[in-house]
This record gives sequence, structure tokens and C-alpha cells, in this order.
Amino acid sequence: MDLLYLIFVDPFVQMGQAPDLLVQTLWDGLVSGVLYALIALGFVLIYKASGVFNFAQGIMVVFAALTLVGLYAAGIPALPALALTVVIMLALAVAIERLVLRPLLNRPDIVLFMATFGLTYFLIGFGQLLFGGETKQMITRQLHLPQGAIDLHILDGLVTLQKIDIAAAVIASVMVASLAFVFQYTRIGRALRAVADSHRAALSVGISLNQIWVIVWFAAGVVALATGIMWGARSEVSFALEVVALKALPVLILGGFTSIPGAIVGGLIIGLSEKLFELYWGPLIGGGTEAWFAYVVALIVLLFRPHGLFGEVIIERI
Amino acid sequence: MSFKWTSIAAAVAILVGTALPALAADQIFVPLFTYRTGPYSGGGIPIANGMHDYLNMLNARDGGIGGVKLDVEECETGYNTQKGIECYEAVKGKNPTVINPFSTGITEALIPKAAVDKIPILSMAYGLSAAALGDTFPWIFNPPDTYWDGLSVIVKQIAAREGGFDKLKGDVIGFIYLDAPYGKEPIPLLQQLADKYGFTAKLYPVAGTEMQNQSSQWLGVRRDRPKYMIMWGWGAMQPTAIKEAAKISYPMNNFYANWWNGDEDLRAPGEAGKGFHNLNWHAVGANFPALQDIKKYVIDKGMSQTPADEFGDEFYDRGVYNSVLIAEAIRNAQKLSGKKVVIGTDVRRGLENLDLPASRWKELGFEGFANPLSLSCTDHNGHGDLFVQEWDGTKWVKASGEVSPMSDVVMPLLEAAAKQYVDKNTGWPKRTEACDHTS
Repeated sequence: MDLLYLIFVDPFVQMGQAPDLLVQTLWDGLVSGVLYALIALGFVLIYKASGVFNFAQGIMVVFAALTLVGLYAAGIPALPALALTVVIMLALAVAIERLVLRPLLNRPDIVLFMATFGLTYFLIGFGQLLFGGETKQMITRQLHLPQGAIDLHILDGLVTLQKIDIAAAVIASVMVASLAFVFQYTRIGRALRAVADSHRAALSVGISLNQIWVIVWFAAGVVALATGIMWGARSEVSFALEVVALKALPVLILGGFTSIPGAIVGGLIIGLSEKLFELYWGPLIGGGTEAWFAYVVALIVLLFRPHGLFGEVIIERI
Repeated sequence: MSFKWTSIAAAVAILVGTALPALAADQIFVPLFTYRTGPYSGGGIPIANGMHDYLNMLNARDGGIGGVKLDVEECETGYNTQKGIECYEAVKGKNPTVINPFSTGITEALIPKAAVDKIPILSMAYGLSAAALGDTFPWIFNPPDTYWDGLSVIVKQIAAREGGFDKLKGDVIGFIYLDAPYGKEPIPLLQQLADKYGFTAKLYPVAGTEMQNQSSQWLGVRRDRPKYMIMWGWGAMQPTAIKEAAKISYPMNNFYANWWNGDEDLRAPGEAGKGFHNLNWHAVGANFPALQDIKKYVIDKGMSQTPADEFGDEFYDRGVYNSVLIAEAIRNAQKLSGKKVVIGTDVRRGLENLDLPASRWKELGFEGFANPLSLSCTDHNGHGDLFVQEWDGTKWVKASGEVSPMSDVVMPLLEAAAKQYVDKNTGWPKRTEACDHTS
């Protein structure tokens, strides 16, 4: 009986007793959700254009963030360093298309998937060689990202909104909306979707597969840079950022691998639900639930919607 | 023609085959398990540099130890237990003097192998706390303090601030930790101390994949309002925790940690980390003759990977401390065995006879660098005094006198844990190794 009370009643009593903490939890969940969506977006972009899960997305986050702080450390002012990092991500996209993707054209998806493993290990080694393994600090202030917090004295308590979190939410929302627009309403977007459906068919109607791949890997690189800046500001810039990308997996399962709105909704659902569960139900089972709770949510969704909430239902003839 | 080339190849093979073992036989092999790559490399690199540079300085300045050069070889583990075991398998056939796993996970995986392969393991202030008992674990050494010693010192310090242990009754003390063998290690003692002194211990585990994503744990802290927080973290978990603590305006002065917080962990939060406390047993800085020798013989000669601004940092000095223990154990082993080129069985005896009073630290060029340390056949740890240091926004400053661990609480727990380990590992060998101590 006590257990039932602790599961079904006590958490809601706690929410009622400290509504400011509940609002703070919802805000933190929202921010985390947006940041998860940002990570997932990098995967979705490449999956849409090539049908491949890009295992290298995590290390691209590290590489982009390290490049930015590395250029700044080399004496380049922050904003030019940011612009130069974007150029470097473009160069990386061109190099990946020329050296990895083009030779593998029309090969099975699993071959491309394995190539992203190779790319991961190359970028780990290359990043280590260029920037070393030492921890670095994100140049948040130099990038003119807002510092400090806004304290809201509401609900007989305090809700604190970190300005960097607000900036993260705004930047991520703008990026997501822009990419959704590009995919849905522009020629490039239609070409991207055509490539995703069939490489051969896209080629046969005159779509330059090489160009599309460069565009999409570049977009994923820019998303990786934004992810690296935001997550780096929350902690530090190191190879540990790579593990942050693992958070995208349940988001993708939930939202669907091919849907930009799915990445957003999936990110928000997971961000909010895992924070609420950890705070109100986590102590019943020892805490630390965030490492697995998102996967449980994703698995439950899979039971009812095998393609995720927004994923394309693929019907294949056999 | 083919005969000529075959002859040359055979001659080269014979030369290489005879020269290499000869070279190896004339040197003392010291493998260092390090992690300069991966998610935890921020802490791994300065420690690796410190360990490496001190041993290389001995080679350059003194020609090694006892006239024998040290063959120092790093093996990259990435702080990954599986890779650590691979490193062990790769070096165990080369007569290693001692294994430095530099990971609690790797240490725990190697403990059963050490006695079988006759290779001592030095897990300096990490690893299995119960391994401090030399009777049960003759091949494992974890000086100068166990995690349980460290935790007891923190609780003692908190009690001193509150005006006595009786004042802890009814308080809440939070414990945020990396959800891994290392982070969980002190929990049994924390719970015992909570029962004994009447405070509540709240646990906040952080999974390895969530190191940079701790807002839930800190929302829990905000709800539970622990008067003090204690952290057993590593890598990116630590700057994130300090930033999150600052976000909820947790009083940094009430935030304590063990000894695994480096300068880099505090530089990321910067001013926000002002007042944060951790433990230490050695000084931080480079104003010691031996460290200046490292600069002169190794760093200035381009034989080191140490960046100029990290020379003398806390973790660099921690690596140096580790290598001083190795070097002293090798010296003892040479004296005890009468051999110049010593191997693991000799160095195990050397470690059991490790004796570093203040006068010896001075002789080594480290006057005032570290607390005295003395090991024995039964005590493989030393349970030395610790002090609290505080981050002033840019550097660590000493914030307490020497505090001794609560041995009355720690020792029975160590004995119980050692017994439990033996019971769990059926057939755990009884100690047969002779003791060189005469006193």
C-alpha cells in the first residue's frame, strides 16, 4: 500500500507542495529537450539524404567545438573563428563526399553505415592530433552569448531561467524551423527527399547526388557546431561531448529517423519526461534513471508505432 | 643474389634477436597505463605527463635507479576496463616491475590476476579500499589513503565546522557520484556514518553518459536541501556539477570532493567554483628542486608532452607523486634482492618496505611536498593525514591543517570488506609471501 502511495500519490503531492520546483523541472526538461532535438537533427539530416545512420555525428560535435576553441586559442577573434569553423565544416563535408561517399555510390546502406564508423575513428585521431586531448573551455562570453540568469519569483518560490538556456532554445528553434522550411518548400529540399528515396532515380532525373551530399553533410556539420557550443557551455569542451550524441538515439526512435518535426517532438517528450521521472519517481529506485528512461519511453512508442511518431511508414514488396 | 639477401636477412634477424633481449635485460621495465584519449583524457593527460616526466628525469639525471635505466612504456587505456586488461596482457610477459592501472575498474579486474602472475599493482589512492590489507591482498597497494579514509576526513571536517559529530544529527548530506565502481566505492562507509551520527545521506548517481547532463540531480538537491554536498566524480562530470551547483545557488563553501578534481575541472566554472573544497596530501606547484630537475632534464630538452602552463598543476604533481612511489619501491627492491635489474616479485617487497618520512622527501628534492608515508606487510595503504584545499577562483589554497582519517570506523569496515571479498571469490589464496619487515 505504501509503495502504491509512493508511486501514484506522493509525486503529485510533491508537485503541489512545491509548484515552483515543478515549473523549474518543466523548464529544465524543455531546455534539455531542445538540446536533444538539436543533436537528433544532425542525424535526421543525413538519414533523410542517404538513408544512413551517421555514427560520426557525435564526433562531429566534438570536432566542430574543438575547432572553434582551437582557432580562438590560436589568436583568431571569436566571431571570425566561428565563421572559419563553418568554412572548415564545409571543407569537411566536401572531403567526406569526395573520399568516402562518392566511391561508395550505389552500395548497400550497411556499407555507408560502416564507412561512418571509419570516419568516426579518423576524426577522433585527427582531432586528437590537431587539438590534443586536454579539456578546453567554450568561449561563451567571447561569442556574445548571454550570461547570468533571470530569477522569477512566482508560485511562492523561485524559478531560475539561465540566459544561455534561453539562447540555446532560441537558436535551436530557429535552426530547426529553417531546416524544416528548406526541406519542405525549396528545390534543394525536394532534391534531398528524392535522393533519400532512391539514389538511382534521383540521378536519372538530373539531381546531382554529390552536390546534395555536400549540402546535407555541411548542414549536419553546422548543426554539430551549434550542438557543441551549447553543450560545451554547459560543461567543458572535450572528447566527452561525443557521448552526448548517444542521447539522440531514443529521440530518433521516438520521433522517427526521417522527420524533422519528429526530432523536435521526440526531443521535447524525452527531455520533459526524463526530468520529471528522475525527480519525482527516480528516488524510489535509487536515482540515475536518465541513462535508461528515454529508451523505455522509445520502446513503448515502438510497440504501438514501429516507425516512430512521425517516421515514414515504408511498405516494401517482397 | 638470393643467397646474399637471405644471408643479410638472417644476420639482421640474429642481431635483432640477440640485441633486443640484451637491451631489455639491462633495463627495469616500468609500464604506465595512461589515458591520453577519450572522454576522460582531460584528467588522464596531466597525470600521465607527471608519471612519465619524473621517471624520465631519473633516467636523464641519475642514469636510472641504482645505475640501471628505466624502460618506461605507456599503454593507452582510454579509461576503459577492457582496454586496460588488454594492456595488462600485452606487458605481463615483459617482466613488469609494477602495474599502474589508473582506473578503479581496471584495478578491480586485475586484482585476481596479480597474485597468479606475481606482478604487484599500485593503485595510488584509488581502486578497491579493502586492498589496503596486505594479509589478504599481498600484491595490491593503494597508498596513501583509501576512498574510505577520504570520506571519513570529509565527514570529520564537516562535523568540525558544525561543532561536533553530535551536531550532525538530523542534517542531510548529499553524495553525488559517478555511477561506476569508483563512484560507488565510499557508499557503504557513508551509510554507516549516517547511521552512527544520525544524519541522512542522500545519493545522487550520475551515469557516465549523463556527465554533462546533471540538471535533474541538482533539482533533486534543490528539493532535498542537503546542508553539505560531497562529490566522487571524474572527467566532465566535475565542471558540470560545479556549474549546476552554482545555477541553483548552492553554497560552494559547503561542497566537498575527494582528491580527483584537477585545475582544469575548476577553470571551466572559474569564479563560480570559488569556495569549492577538495582533499589532498601533497602540495601543488613546481617550487621543488626535483620538479625543477624535471624541467631542466626533461621538459627543456623537449622530452616531454607537458604544456608549459600545466607544469606543476595538481594532477601533474599527482602523477609525479605516483612515480616517486614507483622509484622508491624499485630502490628498496634493489636493496632487498641484491639485484640491479629487479622484477615484479622484488618490487612487491620494495613496496611493502616503502618508507618516506619527511627527511626522505627532502633527500629526494621534495621537501614539504607530501605527507610522510610508511607501508608494511599488513598495511598496504598508510592511511595518511589529508588536508582540505579550497579553490580561490584561480588556484587551490590550503584551507585546513592535517586531518587524520577515522581509523576506528574505517579499519573494521576494511576488514569486513576484505573478508567479504574472500568469501565471494572462492579459493582466494592465503598469503604465502614472506615478510621482510623485521620490526
